[in-house]
Amino acid sequence: MDSLYFLIPLALILTGLAIKFLFWALNSGQYDDLDTEAHRILFDEDLIETKPKKSAAAISKPHSK
Amino acid sequence: MNAAITSSLDCYHCSLPVPANSDYPVEINGQTHSMCCPGCQAVAMAIVDGGLENFYRFRTQSSTRPQQKKNNFEVYDLQDVQVDFVLPLADDLRRAQLLLEGITCAACSWLIEHQLKGLQGISAFRVNASTHRLSVDFNSDQILLSQIMDELDSIGYIAQPATDDRQQALLKKENRTALMRLSLAGFGMMQVGMVATALYAGAIQGMESQWQYYLRWISLIIATPVVLYSARPFFAAAWRSLKHRSLSMDVPVSLAIAGAYLASCWATITGSGEVYFDSVSMFTFFLLLGRFFEMRARHSNRMAAGNVAQLMPLSALLIAESGHNQGDRFEPRAVPVKSLQLGDRVLVKSGETLPCDGEVVAGRSAVVEALLTGEPNPVDKTSGDRVVAGTLNGDSVLEVEVTAIGAQTQLSAIERLVNDAAQDKPYQVAIADRLSRYFVAAVLLVSGVVFSVWWQIDSSHALWVTLSVLVVTCPCALALATPAALTAATSWLRRHGLLITRGHALESLSKVTTVVLDKTGTLTLGHLAIAKVESLSSCDLSNEQLLALAAALEFGSSHPIASAFKPFCMGLKATDVRHFTAAGVEANIVFNGNLLTYRLGYPEFSLQLCSSEYTPEQRQGQWLLLTSNQGPLAWFQLSDQPRESAAPMVAALQQQGIKIELLSGDRSSAVADLAQELGIAQYRSGASPEAKLDHIRQLQARGELVLMVGDGVNDVPVLSGADISVAMAQATDLAKTRADSVLLSGDLTIIPRAMHKARDTRSIIRQNLAWALAYNVIALPLAAMGLIPPWAAAIGMSTSSLVVIGNALRLNR
Repeated sequence: MDSLYFLIPLALILTGLAIKFLFWALNSGQYDDLDTEAHRILFDEDLIETKPKKSAAAISKPHSK
Repeated sequence: MNAAITSSLDCYHCSLPVPANSDYPVEINGQTHSMCCPGCQAVAMAIVDGGLENFYRFRTQSSTRPQQKKNNFEVYDLQDVQVDFVLPLADDLRRAQLLLEGITCAACSWLIEHQLKGLQGISAFRVNASTHRLSVDFNSDQILLSQIMDELDSIGYIAQPATDDRQQALLKKENRTALMRLSLAGFGMMQVGMVATALYAGAIQGMESQWQYYLRWISLIIATPVVLYSARPFFAAAWRSLKHRSLSMDVPVSLAIAGAYLASCWATITGSGEVYFDSVSMFTFFLLLGRFFEMRARHSNRMAAGNVAQLMPLSALLIAESGHNQGDRFEPRAVPVKSLQLGDRVLVKSGETLPCDGEVVAGRSAVVEALLTGEPNPVDKTSGDRVVAGTLNGDSVLEVEVTAIGAQTQLSAIERLVNDAAQDKPYQVAIADRLSRYFVAAVLLVSGVVFSVWWQIDSSHALWVTLSVLVVTCPCALALATPAALTAATSWLRRHGLLITRGHALESLSKVTTVVLDKTGTLTLGHLAIAKVESLSSCDLSNEQLLALAAALEFGSSHPIASAFKPFCMGLKATDVRHFTAAGVEANIVFNGNLLTYRLGYPEFSLQLCSSEYTPEQRQGQWLLLTSNQGPLAWFQLSDQPRESAAPMVAALQQQGIKIELLSGDRSSAVADLAQELGIAQYRSGASPEAKLDHIRQLQARGELVLMVGDGVNDVPVLSGADISVAMAQATDLAKTRADSVLLSGDLTIIPRAMHKARDTRSIIRQNLAWALAYNVIALPLAAMGLIPPWAAAIGMSTSSLVVIGNALRLNR
């Protein structure tokens, strides 16, 4: 039973670390947009063919509208 | 009319119906899909060309229909304009804050990210789909801001400068702080709960006092940050309300948290009595959760409403006249509106918004003043006429001398009227806050009685029994009763197309006695549409062909009449198009192999083209005549059509016994006609914004609770002054931010349904309050007799809260 004197404070320290980590994540903006991040996993990047880099000159031409 | 000639097919991009005979195919993922207009086709093609067709697989909502006119963003390259929203980071590195129109779901941010990734000169960017913001870092040497905006425009998102930076930062901070408080309370609740379980088990089975002492200290350590940090907003709000000599719900909440916490600390230190750390943490977490959902709903509503002050253009074309060389004229150059001076001359092109109040010095054009007057028909303006900032120049160029700018314009005068109206607005006191006054008083009274009685019987128990009374009667369920129901009802309404932006709206909505409606843009669609086609007997063309000819004539014009013909465009090409102001349009069209000259416009103008003895009869309403040089062909009637949902809404409201009035700024007889058509007995036309506000105040003085539905800037004062207001989705931003709710779907029948829902909400709130009170009434005597141990108090508190939340969730169905 005496191990509780050691284990419970240890659990408290771990909880404290978890909260600190969560606050860091919050303040670095990871929870600012809950909508996009929730869907990002579904956007399958493999399906996209890599396209050549466009230069700024190429896009300054008007688009076919 | 419209329904008859559209097929059942929906546009693959925006999900609006595709007009029959139109042909705008795009191949996406190996399949050919039909689009409804050249705008959607261009956007879809740009998306496919960029290799981003998976956007269509990822998205969960259809996209918005892009505007067909090409937006010109070059003005945003001006240094003076950029001051407001572009931050210089390093030498050439700039950070721009943009607000994007057209974001509908998370896949939009994916699309935007991939479109921007391929551009040179952009070093970093961040899209936020919840706030519709884009922050982009770019190198001004390699890429212009207008090029970035063009690129976004090509995939269907219109970028505006986001000038409400400070407000955004505040919202972001509020969101982060709320999440931090909530997560801390959640962690604390679970940890204390775990320790408390051991304590309860010990209380039943017996446990050595050293362990009890140890576990109590552990819960004290965990609960302290929860009380000091997470529960702080309750203490702050309670203190504020006490300072104003009132008792809000926060007062008993704070009393319970602080009382239970301090007594538990005392019990821990002295090793006597009972501890309630678990109840305190759980209580804080539940309440914060309720407030967090409320805040999320409030924020997302505000984001969707967008920017204020976007009515005014940022730049104007200044015609410079040098001081020493009188009469010397230079090319007009774009300057920021802010730098305009009285007496300057500006050039306003067709389709542009007037940047200032002024007097026309040259040119003649039709100006749409619906913004101010509610009249959808353009007003003819020539030299000497006054024009007003914020109105739209219709068909040709005007040269205007500036007579008022900024705060002196008529538009700003309306804004001031709005602020006055908002101050006088009657607010409904929330039912829970009224109840809480009695509740607090009763709890304090009972606690005092219990304490003095126990002091006589057994003074060592008096404190602990009194404390258990405070915890058991803890107002958690009472405090959750209203916000839980309101949040559930708000999310239901949002799903059905009504966005509630002010907290009091639902409570007021259930008591509305009179509904006041605006005409243009509210009961009607707000733009001219073709009501009737009458082909003349000498003409053997079908209605579709006639409409296609007319559409070809009007193609590319920004005049409001032209937009009425847009849906009927079939790809006919008009050449040599000439516009005649306040008369009509003339062009050559090859049709069925014949090249003919056509005219569309007022009958006198159109008939000049052909030598026909046809004499037009007098007609009611606005009619245009189409002629070719071989003879007159057909009449088109244009009118502002009532919304399909207008008549069912009026019927549903009348069934609920609610009075309806039509209050319009339009001076024409159209108001009376519409009132008659919809069965509205009370109507008034030609009302100025001031007169509208006066009328609402008179109604309120008679004891009516007024719901106002409107859209234009001329409605804004009334929207602010009415007890509760609904702005249409197409309404000006000013109207949307001033209204209590926004009708997203344009379906008016949601209003009577929302009123029904509001009454349901009120009865759910009453049930919740009744339950919370009943629970307290039963628990109180038991606690007063000292029969309730801490574990029973904790269970009782959480059960009563969950019952309240469960009951509220019924509203979400």
